[in-house]
Amino acid sequence: MNIEWYIVLSSLLFAIGATGILIRRSPIVILLCLELMLNAGNLALVAFSRMVGNQEGQVFAVVVMVVAACEVVIGLGLIVAIFRRKLPLDVDDLRTLRG
Amino acid sequence: MEEVLFFAAALGALGGAVGVVAMRNPLFGVLALVVHLFSLAVLFLLLSSAFVAAAQVVVYAGAVMVLYVFVVAYVGDAHESAWEPIPGQRFLAPLFGAALFIELSVAVLASSLLALGTDGPDVKAGFGDPAEIGRLLLERFLLPFEASSILLLLAAVGAVLLASKRSTVGDASGVGSAGTPREREPADPTPDASTGTPA
Repeated sequence: MNIEWYIVLSSLLFAIGATGILIRRSPIVILLCLELMLNAGNLALVAFSRMVGNQEGQVFAVVVMVVAACEVVIGLGLIVAIFRRKLPLDVDDLRTLRG
Repeated sequence: MEEVLFFAAALGALGGAVGVVAMRNPLFGVLALVVHLFSLAVLFLLLSSAFVAAAQVVVYAGAVMVLYVFVVAYVGDAHESAWEPIPGQRFLAPLFGAALFIELSVAVLASSLLALGTDGPDVKAGFGDPAEIGRLLLERFLLPFEASSILLLLAAVGAVLLASKRSTVGDASGVGSAGTPREREPADPTPDASTGTPA
C-alpha cells in the first residue's frame, strides 16, 4: 500500500479532531478530540517510520502514547474536580481562572 | 488483500472520528473512539509495527477508554448550550478543518520526500517486533524512556491529588484538611495559614 494514503488519512483524522475541538463545548468531548489528533500524529509517525525503514519513529509513537495517557489522566482528574465543585462542565463558562 | 484491509480500517477510523465529533452523548463518543483506535491498530499492523499496534489496543482501548467510561458515567450527560461566543462558529469550524486538511496534505505530498510514492523499502522479518522496540528503548532511547516513566508517575500522583475528595484545586493547604472549602465554616479565620496538617 502506498505510503501517501496513510499520510492523507492521518491529516484527515487530524483535521476532524481539530474541527471537533472547535465545535464542541464539553471538556470530555474535547479531550476525546485531542486523542484523535494525537492518534493522527501517531499514524503519521509510524507511516514515516515504515517509509524510511527505520524503527525509531515507532519509539516516538510509543512515547506519544505515554504522554497522551498522562494528559488523559490529568484532564479527567480536572473534570472530576470541576464536577465536584458543582461548576458547569462547559469550556465557555470556565474561562476565568478563578477557583 | 492489503488494499482491502487498508480501506476497511481507514473507513473504520474515519467513521469513529466523525462519531466522536458528532455524537451528542459522550458515552457514545467514547465508544466511537474505541472503534477508531481498533481501526488504527489494524493500520499499524499493515505498516508492520506489531508492538505499537499491541500497545494501542492494550493501553488505549483497554486502559484509557475504561477511565473515560468511568468518568463519563460519574459526571453524566452534560448538555451543551446553543449559545455561541463567536457568531457562526459551528459553520466556520468545518471550513477551518477542511482548510487544515488541504494544507497538511499539500504540505506533505508536495514535499520532495523520495519514498512518498512507494510502498517503502523491504524490511527484515523482525521489523517493529517488541524485541526490536525494546532494544531501542533500553539502549538508544534510555533517557526518554526514563523521562516518560517519571512523567507517568507524576501524572498518577497529580490525578490522585486533583480528584481526591479532600484535596482542593488551587489550595495546597486543603490537602490534609477535611472537606472542601465550601463545606468549611465561613467564619474559619485562617483557612490558608494552616500548614497542611489535619484539623
